[in-house]
Amino acid sequence: MWGLGQMPPLLNVQELVVQYSTLRGEVRAVNDVSFSLETAATLGLVGESACGKSTLGFSILRIVPPPGRTVAGKIELQGVNLLNLPLEEMRRIRGGQVSMIFQDPMTSLNPLMRIRDHFIELFQTHDPSIKKEDALGRTTKLFDALGIAGDRIEDYPHQFSGGMRQRVMIGLALALDPKLVIADEPTTSLDVIVEAQVLELLKLLKEKHRLTLILITHNIGIVAEMTDRVAVMYAGQIVEIGPTGDMFGDPLHPYTKGLLESAPNVLHPEQSMRPIPGNPPDLVSPPAGCKFHPRCPKVFKPCPLREPLPISQGSRLVACHLYD
Amino acid sequence: MLSRKKEFVRAVDTISFTIERREIFGLVGESGSGKTTTGRLLLRLIEPTSGEIRFHGDNIGELSPQSLRQFRRRAQMIFQDPTAALSPRMRIGPAIKHGLDIHQVGSVPERKKETLRMLERVGLAPPEAFYDKYPHQLSGGQRQRVVIGRAMILKPEFAVADEPVAMVDVSIRAQILDLMSSLKKELGLTYAFITHDLATANYFCDRIAIMYLGKIVEIGPRKDVFKSPRHPYTVALMSSIPIPDPKHKADRLIPRGEIPSPISPPPGCRFHPRCPYAQAVCSEREPQLEEIEPDHQVACFFPCT
Repeated sequence: MWGLGQMPPLLNVQELVVQYSTLRGEVRAVNDVSFSLETAATLGLVGESACGKSTLGFSILRIVPPPGRTVAGKIELQGVNLLNLPLEEMRRIRGGQVSMIFQDPMTSLNPLMRIRDHFIELFQTHDPSIKKEDALGRTTKLFDALGIAGDRIEDYPHQFSGGMRQRVMIGLALALDPKLVIADEPTTSLDVIVEAQVLELLKLLKEKHRLTLILITHNIGIVAEMTDRVAVMYAGQIVEIGPTGDMFGDPLHPYTKGLLESAPNVLHPEQSMRPIPGNPPDLVSPPAGCKFHPRCPKVFKPCPLREPLPISQGSRLVACHLYD
Repeated sequence: MLSRKKEFVRAVDTISFTIERREIFGLVGESGSGKTTTGRLLLRLIEPTSGEIRFHGDNIGELSPQSLRQFRRRAQMIFQDPTAALSPRMRIGPAIKHGLDIHQVGSVPERKKETLRMLERVGLAPPEAFYDKYPHQLSGGQRQRVVIGRAMILKPEFAVADEPVAMVDVSIRAQILDLMSSLKKELGLTYAFITHDLATANYFCDRIAIMYLGKIVEIGPRKDVFKSPRHPYTVALMSSIPIPDPKHKADRLIPRGEIPSPISPPPGCRFHPRCPYAQAVCSEREPQLEEIEPDHQVACFFPCT
């Protein structure tokens, strides 16, 4: 199952459950999710708002905001279950081995700190013995790779444009040579030209450092362009996962198909933007059986009765009664 | 010591265009291009420093109070963020009905009946159940339907829709656009459709204007502009969009840098510092919109072919 050489995968998530306690009841934002990821792979995590894709990303770093809690499952990074690590060790993992690029750089950078101090703080937190000059030197070198002029190291975040701020966020995420980077809608707040610039940079750095990347996005175009694997999430579950080319060429799950057909395609407007009827379910009281069945064009007898389990179909896993 | 020189931003700088009856006119551009300001000017939500906007031939800046009242009824706005556009303390039925109350259309029971009909029309059925709901009880897509119903209740002729689907999930986006499109047919509407998303513009609009730093750089029928974009900025925008097809090989023209501050826009063509084809003349003189094929105008000295 693990492929060549029987090396364990870089990341192995098994039966993960993340719950939010709300006044209206428990919400399973991530509901029994399993997947693994090989080194240097790029996994696109897609789905509509509130499908649990960001929560899944947060849970890997153990930064799910309260009232969310990871209540079951395991998250193994090179065989080590992150969920069992003491907090001190987990802090070293964050930013060190696993890092995150957040959607909104303006709220992620400290407006009172110079850009260079963000980096110096990061270097010194992970290595208290590092000298300030060395930290500064590494920062300058990093700026070069990010395509930011070296003299801007003294600036404050508000002096940077949106695209430049996101480059800084990428720099902070890559500064300590992590093995895994989780990027949560990294270009959603950017205009399309700047988005293209930032994605180019991310691609370049990814190849150079052999990064493993989880790219959380609602933008199907970005998935097509950046990833080699895709996991489609619906109502807290992965409904289909497999190689990007196969998923786009022949989507198996009706939701995957719907999601791909709803994507805008500027080259073929007539063949794009077909709506998926209805709305995503309320996760406090999700529908019985397959959670997608009330919106599914292929719904049949078993769908409202039993929850479909992931089934292997060639290169893919799909959770749909059509393939039972 | 604390005083500062007041600086002015020309958010929209000397633009001219017409919108024909019953067309969907797209205003497309990045943040800071002036597209939203243009939309607000069209409804006289802000006053232009100079220039005029004519609605059925009448300058909307010089309307009498009565005519302005009529104009407000005939021209409506659909906002981007349905959560911000709806009062959290007002039930959605009364929110939609509000326009009828203000303009005293029909009797009180008739207004309620009309509101229920509109709720159903925008897909919020059964309308009686939705009438008394608060915005927070609805999903984002449903809220946007309320905003559209509210704009349509007075049966306007013209509506400015400012990024009406930007906050809505992609899967729901087409539902909302299809609703807007069927309302257009039913009411004989004309739309000014403001968006940063070229794919949406290509799906929805009849004609589009591409804006950059307060200027229209290219304007024409949707098909022509998308099939053969002529301004280097339009070409750059188009080629930057990720295509949802892993087999598609992107041939990119990504300009350097980002849109500069409109406080001191570059001289000459405003795009020249980022333009891969810029020559000396581009920084010296400002190119004017010129017809390059029927109805298709471009403001560039060296339009792409």
